[in-house]
Amino acid sequence: MNVENIYATFPELFLASCALMLLLFGVKRGNDATLFTGLIAVVVCLAAGVLLIKLPSFVEPGQAQLGVSALCHGCKAFGGMFINDAFAQFVKVLLLLASAIAIMLSWGYMERHGLERPEYPALILFATLGMMLMVSANDLLALYMGLELQSLALYVLASFRRDHVRSSEAGLKYFVLGSLSSGMLLYGISLLYGYTGSTGFEALAHVLAGEPPIGVVLGLVFVCAAMAFKVSAVPFHMWTPDVYEGAPTPVTAFFAAGPKLAALALFVRVLLQPLAGLEHQWVQVVVFMAVASMLLGSFAGLAQSNIKRLMAYSSIANVGYALVGMAVANEAGVQALLVYLSIYLVNTLGVFGVILCLRREGVMAEKIADLAGLSKSHPLLAVAMGIFMFSLAGVPPLAGFFGKYFVFLAAVQAGMLPLAIIGVLTSCVAAYYYLRIIKVMYFDDATEAAVDPVPEFSLRIVTGGAALLMLLFVFMPTPVIDSALAAAHSLMPQG
Amino acid sequence: MLASLIFYLFATVLVASAVMVVTARNPVHAVLFLILCFFNASGLFVLMGAEFLAFILMIVYVGAVAVLFLFVVMLLNIDFKSMRQGLRRQLPLGLGVGALLLVELAVMALHWSSDSQAFSALSTVEMVNQATNVDSTRALGRLLYTDYFYPFQVAGLILLVAMIGAIVLTLRDRKRVKRQNAAEQMDRRPEDVVEIRKVKSGEGAL
Repeated sequence: MNVENIYATFPELFLASCALMLLLFGVKRGNDATLFTGLIAVVVCLAAGVLLIKLPSFVEPGQAQLGVSALCHGCKAFGGMFINDAFAQFVKVLLLLASAIAIMLSWGYMERHGLERPEYPALILFATLGMMLMVSANDLLALYMGLELQSLALYVLASFRRDHVRSSEAGLKYFVLGSLSSGMLLYGISLLYGYTGSTGFEALAHVLAGEPPIGVVLGLVFVCAAMAFKVSAVPFHMWTPDVYEGAPTPVTAFFAAGPKLAALALFVRVLLQPLAGLEHQWVQVVVFMAVASMLLGSFAGLAQSNIKRLMAYSSIANVGYALVGMAVANEAGVQALLVYLSIYLVNTLGVFGVILCLRREGVMAEKIADLAGLSKSHPLLAVAMGIFMFSLAGVPPLAGFFGKYFVFLAAVQAGMLPLAIIGVLTSCVAAYYYLRIIKVMYFDDATEAAVDPVPEFSLRIVTGGAALLMLLFVFMPTPVIDSALAAAHSLMPQG
Repeated sequence: MLASLIFYLFATVLVASAVMVVTARNPVHAVLFLILCFFNASGLFVLMGAEFLAFILMIVYVGAVAVLFLFVVMLLNIDFKSMRQGLRRQLPLGLGVGALLLVELAVMALHWSSDSQAFSALSTVEMVNQATNVDSTRALGRLLYTDYFYPFQVAGLILLVAMIGAIVLTLRDRKRVKRQNAAEQMDRRPEDVVEIRKVKSGEGAL
């Protein structure tokens, strides 16, 4: 075992061993210790994030003695199967943040629904580990392993509320369709392997530089279809609304943030690194998926009355915008995609924080009509929700506007004007349903009793923090934009 | 000559039993044909010199998966007739997708030989295998613990998550089950649980 392997994968190793220990602890202490294990899991996520950022500076002084060169930044491990470049680091930090917030969001909900089980934080940690391995995959086999680790944990999380029919249905649907997409991915991978003789990303990029054989193109189509399943892009989106609606709300929040980001990052890496030589073939696929996702997400969202379903369609539309950045397929496009996704991640977690606050006599209020009169009963909550909705709609001073702006700017600069125009038009359509929520909150009279007060401190922190970030992004956009640029730069072929 | 005869024997029985799996009316027969299918496939693996895969196929698929299928089919009283309903309606779609995949395979098979780069890469793998002259079990073991150490470990984690998932979704604490708790038994004191009453003769106790 090489020292480099341990250094490069140290945050992952840390996360894996902590998850295992948490599991043991949970078994020993039973369901009473759930809050405590959740707290530890949050700390573990944040600590892994710090490790990820700070590890190079810890290691480098000692490196000279060890005689190991160029550690951690862009280094590969395990015979090139694992890569930890700036792109992977950027996405991983966001993922760990999303997981920590998702665990925080779950505390009150799980307790009220009798779901306080110590396996929940452990499963979230395993899913996070799988996502981190996905983002760092530099080999088709490593990609598949990471994806399966993540998916398997997510299937269980979706049906975590096992006595509830909708939750079991969501888990089963997700499992069946997810297995189908994994099968397609494996078929695509086997075709790529059969026609190139390798699964490593560098070797694939090298072999595929010339005119691609027909089998590789077919493999590419299968891989793209499987990836589209995972990111829920049209036409492989049909599981999303049902799973989002059926899964327990904190799990839905996690679905909308972490796995989506990880799958999109994986998609970008696969298309831009090993399959870069097939750009002519895949750009049309990505453009189609982007346009279809934007259109369907915007128009189908108009008819929704359940807010979790609405967020599902909103996430489909948002994946469409992110795919615009992917279709541009240059450094600016990837940078725009990363900025867009980091803003969307915070935004969507905030929205779910607000949704989790809405309860009427202990029962979750999930109808949009339930929001009526929120501005009178909970003014602060209504302001936070208003900020999130304006931001999702892309109203200028808020963060959501900048996400869309960078994506469309990258598209226009790359000469993809029609794509940008469709994006702007569909975001105008989608603005209708975001603004309708604000209208319901501020101008409709409450028909039923007011929603219960918010007891959980963690929910307040998450929603308040996310709302502040959305508001203040305009004053301090440079850290995100600069690190996204560095991340995008590391993804592009050097020289 | 003998090898190709054996190949055709295995292959014919394999395809025939695969057809029977789908067409057999009795689901138990279908599972038994599936087992026959696996046996013939492992025979084909032995012919190719992949004896490890052959035995894995026997142990895992025949020993575990197919037997599990049998249990499920026998224990759960599933009405297979009702599941066959709508077959007519779905048949054209299924045949269409199948035909599409067949065409794709045919197109790829036609293009395969012309593609020399990958072919050479794959045949080097074969040459390496022949050169090292170890049996396939040993070669696989060496690869798994060296080059493929990382996916191998992740596979372990995946299996662990599957196990946790199965437990989380199915294990229920039964409140009404009486378990022996030694500490509780030792803590029990006569004065807490036993009430002594003097009963006068002929009156009975309330």
